Amino acid sequence: MQSKASNSTSFLKDFNWRQYIVYIAFIGVLIYFSVTLFDEGFLTTNNILNIIRQTAIISIMGVAMTFVISAAEIDLSVGSIAALSSLTSAMALESGFGIFGAIVAGLGTGLLIGLVNGLLVTKVIIPSFLVTLGMMGVTKGLAMWVTNTAPVPIINETFVFLFGSGDIGNIPVLLFWTLAAVVIGHIVLRKTAFGRRTLATGGNQNAARFSGVNVSRTKLYVFLASGFAAGLAGMLYAGRMHSGRYTFGEGDELSVIAAVILGGTSLFGGVGTVIGTVIGSLMIGTINNGLIIMGLDVSQQMIVKGLIIILAVAFGRKAISK
Amino acid sequence: MGTPILEMSQISKSFNGIKVLDKVHFELEKGEVHALMGGNGAGKSTLMKILTGVYELDEGQIKIAGSDVQIHNTTDAESHGVSMIFQEFSLIPTLTVAENIFLGREPKKAFGLIDDKKSVARTKELLDELNVDIKPDDIVADLGVGYWQMTEIAKALSKETKILIMDEPTSSLTKRETEVLFAFIDRLKNKGISIIYISHRMDEIFQICDRITIMGDGRHIITAKTSELDMDSVIQHIAGKNMEKFEWKDRKRVSNGSVVLQVKNLKTNNRVNGVDFELHQGEVLGIAGLMGSGRTETMRALFGIDPLTGGDIYISGKKATIRSPKDAINNGLALIPEDRRVQGLVLEHQVMDNILLPSLSKITKVLVNDKKGKQISEEWVKKLNIKTDSIYKTSRLLSGGNQQKIVFAKWLANSPDIIMLDEPTIGIDIRAKSEIIDMVRDLADDGKSILLVSSEMPELLAVSDRILVFHDGKVVKQFLREEISSEEDLQHAIQGF
Repeated sequence: MQSKASNSTSFLKDFNWRQYIVYIAFIGVLIYFSVTLFDEGFLTTNNILNIIRQTAIISIMGVAMTFVISAAEIDLSVGSIAALSSLTSAMALESGFGIFGAIVAGLGTGLLIGLVNGLLVTKVIIPSFLVTLGMMGVTKGLAMWVTNTAPVPIINETFVFLFGSGDIGNIPVLLFWTLAAVVIGHIVLRKTAFGRRTLATGGNQNAARFSGVNVSRTKLYVFLASGFAAGLAGMLYAGRMHSGRYTFGEGDELSVIAAVILGGTSLFGGVGTVIGTVIGSLMIGTINNGLIIMGLDVSQQMIVKGLIIILAVAFGRKAISK
Repeated sequence: MGTPILEMSQISKSFNGIKVLDKVHFELEKGEVHALMGGNGAGKSTLMKILTGVYELDEGQIKIAGSDVQIHNTTDAESHGVSMIFQEFSLIPTLTVAENIFLGREPKKAFGLIDDKKSVARTKELLDELNVDIKPDDIVADLGVGYWQMTEIAKALSKETKILIMDEPTSSLTKRETEVLFAFIDRLKNKGISIIYISHRMDEIFQICDRITIMGDGRHIITAKTSELDMDSVIQHIAGKNMEKFEWKDRKRVSNGSVVLQVKNLKTNNRVNGVDFELHQGEVLGIAGLMGSGRTETMRALFGIDPLTGGDIYISGKKATIRSPKDAINNGLALIPEDRRVQGLVLEHQVMDNILLPSLSKITKVLVNDKKGKQISEEWVKKLNIKTDSIYKTSRLLSGGNQQKIVFAKWLANSPDIIMLDEPTIGIDIRAKSEIIDMVRDLADDGKSILLVSSEMPELLAVSDRILVFHDGKVVKQFLREEISSEEDLQHAIQGF
């Protein structure tokens, strides 16, 4: 009897709470809204697809941010990159460069800014918090400047369909983008040498270096990945909203970071999970959706959302420290 | 002389039933600099930890200035005027000297605000009195390491310290800084401060200490005036009581004599100042020297961590360019670093991930071959007898000895030709130590070539075919094993300048 009790406590102790808290919390939130908002149609296919549409962009940027944070760095410029990319791809279309030109412009914008971030962090050795904080302003400024804050409309139907507005049957194209990002991200983090080196770099930069890992190059790559994902996110905004606009992605950096940390990735680096990030993002989206259906106004939504994030992370922490 | 300022008598202490101090006696006069010496495990640090309240004694008596005192914790020690200056300084680099000295006990004025004027004035007084050439509002980070130590000492003295314990105070100092520190110690003596000076550097001890106490195997061996001892007798007393003996065992395979690594006039900006040597195939080349003599730094240079400012490296006769650890690995080198927790392992990662880190590209096509990785990890865990529940266990949860074996495993799994070991047995228990020493022998017998840096003489003598002695960033002596008959000889070579 006694040994059984101690077994179960040791199971609780070994159980990695930080890693799994988000799944438990997500299921809790789902059940809660399913029960309380059943009559309001929370569980309808339509509403579920809505949640997926609303969270796709955060999830995609979250996949790349998982790498950045796993490497013990941070990227605050993703929201601004998305804004600038939405504009550059819209402008490319407007100037007649076609879909291919728009993709090059959108992704190129993201990669370029990611490259600058990465070089500043690894060659000039400035902490990524400062580099990307500065770059957030620079990029946002550029986005406002290129069209003098005017939105750029998109009339190319194929672009709009591919990047965010289309549905295949009942299923939004955004879901495919999200799935692609998650599958690729998960495999790269778990199953490639680059993924392992990223985690080693974040876990102990010194030991990684002493083990022959090119720490600078690894970091440069994670910033490139983050820029790339933010560029894609910008194109998805553009496709969904039929335009490029400097206001897109505003505040997304915080939602993205929240999704990553909520998902179980350590803010100190070395531990990361792409699947967790997506669940984190879905959970934030579900809470948003549920609160809107409940009729809370934006201010109340923000308060509840913030509290839930703090609680979830605190619970995960507390449980591991025990 | 009057009553001693400190008298520790019949001090005994056991851990888990093992006696580490056995009726030790130690005495300190007022205004004296008293050297405390002994090999590793002699009991010096346990004795000092009892004096500073880190441990409580099992038996014995401590008298300070003639009266019995009880020291149960560090606060007690402080209130009796005992302070220890640690090697890792306890200063906050971003604060000023005055802020550091009064940290946590700042003088206050009305409304509980800090009275900066007062703390600056008192710091100035203190520094003037000690004749230290720094200002109270200097930021600590801007001062040289030598001044950090003096700030630390000033901090101790501001708490009415009478007894100061210094542990290897010169190991991170330059020659010039050392001289300044010694002049400073003289002034402290004249002020009536008593100093316990722990060091392995005999030239320094003979220069500044009045008396020497030698401990060995948890016992007091001898206390004598410095003038009554010479280096020979000190070395004899220390080596005679070294509890760790490792026997030399003859190589099973004789080196074919080819030179696998040749270093010519190697220089870096980090204490390496023209190093020359050759390493032969299948040889264990020991590297002896005092802390800061450039041993570790030479390995860092060879492994591409510190950039070279001069000199050449030849691997198997060919000139090699090593600019990063990756270049070094590609040239068949491995480095088992000094600090396994900081440089050796990602502690929060699994045993397997740590073992595979250097050899990831060997088991990766597009994706990492986890099956192969698992196989390799399990093989090495078994070969090196690493005690762990599984290869998935978090490395942090393993003992020091087993962690060190993981570091060995991660490098051996990458099949290097030249293995550099930097203090491979530091901080691990005697059993794991002898396992690691056997491992070094086996590696040499397998034809690997080994560079071994160690501060432990018995260890060097047990496995090295040849021993280099480093001093001031250079190789100053070289011995074949047969030329050294005892630990004393080696100590002489290291100390004899």
